[in-house]
Amino acid sequence: MGSLVKKDEQAGRAISQDQQQFLTFMLGGEVFAIGILAIKEIIEYGNLTEVPMMPDYIRGVINLRGSVVPVVDLSARFGRKNTELTRRTCIVIIEVASDQEKQVIGVVVDAVNEVLEIQADQIEPPPAFGAKIRTDFIRGMGKVEEKFVIILNVDNVLSIDDLGLLERVAEEDVSQLSGQGA
Amino acid sequence: MNMDQALQTYIEESRGLLDEMESILLRLESEPQDEETVNAMFRAAHTIKGSAGLFGLDAIVAFTHVVENVLDEVREGTQAVNGELVELLLKCCDHIGLLITVVAEAGEMLDMEQAAAGEAIAAVLRSLMGGAASGVAMPAVQEPRLDASGGGPIEGDYWHISLGFGPDVLRNGMDPISFIRYLSTIGDIVSLRVDDSELPELNAIDPESCYLSFSIEFKSEADKKTIEDAFEFVREDCRLRIFPPPSHLAAFVERLEHASGNTDMLGQLLIEAGILTSNELEDALAAQENTMAAGGGAKLPIGEVLVKEGVVQKEVVDVALEKQRQIRDHKAQEAKFIRVSAEKLDELINLVGELVIAGAGASLLAHRSGDVALHESTSVVSGLVEEIRDGALKLRMVEIGETFNRFQRVVRDVSKELGKDIGLEISGAETELDKTVVEKIGDPLMHLVRNAMDHGIESAEARMAAGKPAKGSLRLNAYHDSGSIVIEVADDGGGLKKERILKKAVERGIISPGQTLSDNDIYNLIFEAGFSTADQVTSLSGRGVGMDVVKRNIQALRGTVDIESLEGHGTTVRIRLPLTLAIIDGFLVGVGKSAFVVPLDMVLECIELSDADRKAADTRNYVNLRGEVLPFVRLRDQFEVNAAAGKRENIVVVQYGGQKAGFVVDELMGEFQTVIKPLGSVFRHLRGISGSTILGTGEVALILDVPALVQLGVARDEQMVMHGA
Repeated sequence: MGSLVKKDEQAGRAISQDQQQFLTFMLGGEVFAIGILAIKEIIEYGNLTEVPMMPDYIRGVINLRGSVVPVVDLSARFGRKNTELTRRTCIVIIEVASDQEKQVIGVVVDAVNEVLEIQADQIEPPPAFGAKIRTDFIRGMGKVEEKFVIILNVDNVLSIDDLGLLERVAEEDVSQLSGQGA
Repeated sequence: MNMDQALQTYIEESRGLLDEMESILLRLESEPQDEETVNAMFRAAHTIKGSAGLFGLDAIVAFTHVVENVLDEVREGTQAVNGELVELLLKCCDHIGLLITVVAEAGEMLDMEQAAAGEAIAAVLRSLMGGAASGVAMPAVQEPRLDASGGGPIEGDYWHISLGFGPDVLRNGMDPISFIRYLSTIGDIVSLRVDDSELPELNAIDPESCYLSFSIEFKSEADKKTIEDAFEFVREDCRLRIFPPPSHLAAFVERLEHASGNTDMLGQLLIEAGILTSNELEDALAAQENTMAAGGGAKLPIGEVLVKEGVVQKEVVDVALEKQRQIRDHKAQEAKFIRVSAEKLDELINLVGELVIAGAGASLLAHRSGDVALHESTSVVSGLVEEIRDGALKLRMVEIGETFNRFQRVVRDVSKELGKDIGLEISGAETELDKTVVEKIGDPLMHLVRNAMDHGIESAEARMAAGKPAKGSLRLNAYHDSGSIVIEVADDGGGLKKERILKKAVERGIISPGQTLSDNDIYNLIFEAGFSTADQVTSLSGRGVGMDVVKRNIQALRGTVDIESLEGHGTTVRIRLPLTLAIIDGFLVGVGKSAFVVPLDMVLECIELSDADRKAADTRNYVNLRGEVLPFVRLRDQFEVNAAAGKRENIVVVQYGGQKAGFVVDELMGEFQTVIKPLGSVFRHLRGISGSTILGTGEVALILDVPALVQLGVARDEQMVMHGA
């Protein structure tokens, strides 16, 4: 695999020096990591309200102390099947910077593991293929005890524009239909 | 008192007064004989000037003063009101507004052009005034004087002191002559007349008694108090009357008019203006007591007592009374309104929102606990919370009239610019809506009004040819309708031309040629981005806000806009907005496991979906509602809810903009105070759901967007029909 990895200096540099702590969690048996600075809190899964007419990866909304927060199913977002609920299912609350404002979004994960420190030189750039996840979702591959942990680029995974994309297509379908039918 | 803050208040107040003046002027144009409106305008100008004086804003004082003089003449009836004058005064308002803006922007000077324009207006005003004042180069203060009849110094412009010594004055060791001599140290005694009428027969004279009275013409710059003080030691023993010189009267009147307004007591007012001394007031009050005792309890007004006693002239008292009334009016107004920052209000409303949610949670728990007493008390609390909610929301409600009135001027100016004769009719000005909505509706309305005047209403010739009155008419109307406010902009112009719109839309590639559209769809095309075409652009249009922006702004307020037009007869643009953006009354319904809220104002009734209709629902989505066809949307299908349907289903009948439709739901859960929480931008393209709210259980429920859902239902039907075909 090593020879296939593109040595992209830029991707390596994109990881800022001071952000070396990561939260690791399980998703479909794989270990993923997210930079700790983006994470606000971790809560138990429950009391979720489904929002109809939304793509699969939007599970719904929850009430987080008075504000309504959308919840994204990460597994479905990666094009895999929906996360199955277990006793250990959690929602990680993440702050994402969109255009001007900060947006708070929850993501469903199978289980939360631990907070790890990964040295910058222990992070490899993402492989051109093979991870079975869109490349722009991956920030890098962290080496932890001789295993790879996929460090996610949260801003891309939870990009507001991107999340809304599918429904926009659906909406256009409908408006086209109504246009032709009228 | 913080001067900056006071100045800020002044600026705001002045702007309000200017708006008022402007609307009065526009009214004056149509009904010039109304005395009260002229007075109101004069007062507005006077207040602006007076307060500007307080802050030392000389430019405003100087200019407003000239305006005020003209208004005074109008008030007196010596200046006729005509279109020209109104035009001129409108310009004056603009100029004053400009001057105030300069103040607001902290010291920036008027540019030369503006200053020259102001000077030109002032010159015209002064020429209007004719004779007397024309030579005066904007004096800072030139009040109408009571003595203005003569001209030049008036003969005998002196203090008049009437001094009657009591008989015991000599016995008490006082020498009348010494007081008169002392008097000459603070001024000149012009003449002195001795009144010896009280002197008895020679043999009856008591050499130790004083019988003489003096009448003195006294020239002095000293004020009344100083003169009175000269007789301090003989006050007990003499009758003292001090009359100010006639020229002082005018000064008194002026000082009265500019009194600070700290007190609304007539006596205190007079003292503050230097007309009355406190000793005189005390005497007058005592006299008032006496007459009251003598007259059997009827208390004479202090003003009358003062005039009767000859202490103050009647004219002065009249002015003082007027001032007193003004101060009282002002106080009454102050009591009626409190300025509160919008931020504080928003905070309060947010808190009330949280209170509503928390209250719902408490009620739910009480209900579950089965404790009757607890249940009872929480229901009382809920009732109160509901009232607080309504009260808090009402704080933010304002009448739309103020927004409408601004268009009087716009219509007037734009119609001049276009060379069209257009009148504006306003109705429903008292309709209330949320302040935050009002603020955001101004721009779209402005665009619609300009559009209607520019493109809607034809030229006078074209109108005559079409058999319509030459004067075009624009109508702004507002009313409440099922939980929303409807604002209409209507013109009696040429109406929208369908063929032209279609042609343009095909040209722009918005629709494909040969596509057949309903009238409504055609009209809606003008809201498409990029529809505005080159031959439409005039000096008025093309100001950067297209109709698509109008639509977007209105949609951002959760509103809708639609057009009704009849070719040759006019166009009506109807904007429909929610009354408030914060809290609504909702009706909670259940579909599968989820709960949804329908805005209660839109709910007409609920009926059960009969078994027969339920079975037939696969083939037709309508029921017979007392002889009416009621189409319905099955939320279960629309939202693709997988959970098994309950034993029975219900139809919620909603009304929206004159249309009826049904929503088929599983469960009816009753009314619910709904605090609207926005759904994040992730859901911004989602149609059919307008927001969310938090239930008593802490769960999130979604609020249905009724019109969008009905539309989605229509689209879905069409899709099925097409697939079937």
